[in-house]
Amino acid sequence: MDKYMETKKRNQAYNRYVQAKIPKTKAWPSLFNSFLVGGIICCIGQGINDLILLAFPNMSEQSAWAFTLIALIFIASFLTGIGVYDKIGKFAGGGSIVPITGFSNSITSPAVEFKHEGIIYGICVKMFTISGPVIVCGVVASFIVGIVYLFI
Amino acid sequence: MYTNQTVIFKNKPVIIGSYSIVGPKEGKGNFGPYFNYIMKDDSFGEKSYEKAEMKMLKTAIIGAIEDAKIKASDVNLLLAGDLLNQIISSSYAARDFDFAFLGLFGACSTMAESMAIASSIIDGREFDTIVCSTGSHFSTAERQFRFPLELGNQRPPTSQWTVTGAGACVISSKGHGPKITMATFGKVIDFGINDVNDMGAAMAPAAMDTMLAHFRDTKTSPDDYDLIVTGDLGKLGSEILIDLMEDQGVKLGLNYNDCGQMYYTRNQNTLSGGSGCGCSATVLNSYIIKKLRTGEYKRVLFMPTGALMSTTASQQGETIPGVCHAIVIECDDSVKDVKNSTTSNRNVKNNQSKKSKRTSISKKNQQHIQN
Amino acid sequence: MYYLWVFLIGGFICMLGQVLIIYTNITSARILVTFELIGVLLQAFGLFDAISEFARAGINVPIVGFGASLAKGAMSAVKSKGLLGAFTGGLEATAGGLAAAIFFAFLFSLIFKSRTKN
Repeated sequence: MDKYMETKKRNQAYNRYVQAKIPKTKAWPSLFNSFLVGGIICCIGQGINDLILLAFPNMSEQSAWAFTLIALIFIASFLTGIGVYDKIGKFAGGGSIVPITGFSNSITSPAVEFKHEGIIYGICVKMFTISGPVIVCGVVASFIVGIVYLFI
Repeated sequence: MYTNQTVIFKNKPVIIGSYSIVGPKEGKGNFGPYFNYIMKDDSFGEKSYEKAEMKMLKTAIIGAIEDAKIKASDVNLLLAGDLLNQIISSSYAARDFDFAFLGLFGACSTMAESMAIASSIIDGREFDTIVCSTGSHFSTAERQFRFPLELGNQRPPTSQWTVTGAGACVISSKGHGPKITMATFGKVIDFGINDVNDMGAAMAPAAMDTMLAHFRDTKTSPDDYDLIVTGDLGKLGSEILIDLMEDQGVKLGLNYNDCGQMYYTRNQNTLSGGSGCGCSATVLNSYIIKKLRTGEYKRVLFMPTGALMSTTASQQGETIPGVCHAIVIECDDSVKDVKNSTTSNRNVKNNQSKKSKRTSISKKNQQHIQN
Repeated sequence: MYYLWVFLIGGFICMLGQVLIIYTNITSARILVTFELIGVLLQAFGLFDAISEFARAGINVPIVGFGASLAKGAMSAVKSKGLLGAFTGGLEATAGGLAAAIFFAFLFSLIFKSRTKN
């Protein structure tokens, strides 16, 4: 028992030491990059939305937003395929993860990566390794919201 | 508490051939000029990166056998390992050869592990010629341990870059070349690090443990070696190791360095440095063995470390255990004699000249860091 | 001039993601889930539409908007279909985005190959 406590103490001390030793990088540049890229992606989305409404004035706002997101998803998926999106991501961090394009990237990148394992066991199975939780949590949360809404 | 972990070889197995093959990024690194072959493309003309890794290992093994100027039929045994699940690169590469195969897994410490086992077998006069090989590939490791290549995420500052490369060497009971004189087998050490992006900190305690055991068992000190080199602790890990050793009362001087730290140049964006089986294997089989052959290094302590983790274990909240094996390689006596006679055999000043040589070597090492 | 608001609010939300990355070492899957759930909550408490009014793409393009439309879909479907709506509403509202993401991922994975980083 003593030995167990001793190991635990040693490990905690070592972890503290390592945490202090890890080089601290400046947060501001990366925060600025993510702000910039995230803002630009949102502006592109707004631009697409305005163009759609300009071209089809009769379209409902909801469908226009759906088409906007589809267009952004297409662009991000394509950029992932040609190997550009990971470079944007390296620069922007959260700036390219949080927008819907990041969701598209997280669904396309494993699909491209695992294509050598075949269409079924590679592309189709691995497609959701990263984005699966987004769909699962989203569906569960929306169901809960719906149920709560039903009873109030 | 004193357990003997070190084997001192009576028959001194000889490294008669070595070969290293690396990817294009590694070719542009600090050791670029020393490698035998630099691939133009990471996929090496194969359909998948796993297949490329197998081909790299195969090329390295064939290259080492050719370098040793022996026939493939002279080889008794192949000892190899890599990072992939079920060490497929090694075992699949081995199916194309007509000799016995033992697969090893010591993560990034596999090169020293295989050489230590090979030397023990040869020292016992069981086999004559054994090939040791290991390799790693950035793209295969990345997708097995981390994320798909195209995922747009940032790497934390402690993360390391898996080296794309493979190294192989032929160890024999007779012949000329650097000799393996001692081997220290390491224990598995876990200091409770669970950050998978901080391998250096997870492995440094293992390196410390093996190093202390080695100095204790062989009654040597850091000054007895021209070069003490760990495998892939990286920038952070090697700094931690220096601190840990100082706590234990052993001061590591300028003759200590780390392959991962030296591997890439500063503007190659590899953060904490190189890692992977290929990191220590390619440096040993190119740079270090070449320097040992010319006699520039007389005695090298080579001790790569390995992080024995899997994604399953880390997801279950396990910490990362590390292991480290050490071998001592000395240059051939004939080279030693040649060098000594050219410096006109002044035994009195021998000590001093040794010292000056050491500082000149460490200057070179420093240059590597600055690069 | 609403593009300025789009830029500022969109950028700010993304920057919050980066703050999470730097200070908690969180992976991208967790970030996506976190922001999606924030969106679900915003919608559930009826705050989303008010923000969306002036932020427009600034809040609809981040995955917050995806979460909001999940919740919105479930809420409006519950109104018209009752219990069944709780099951169908969320996915119905986001079906376009999901199908697009899956289809394009499938298409481009057939065409392209992953390449090594440098």
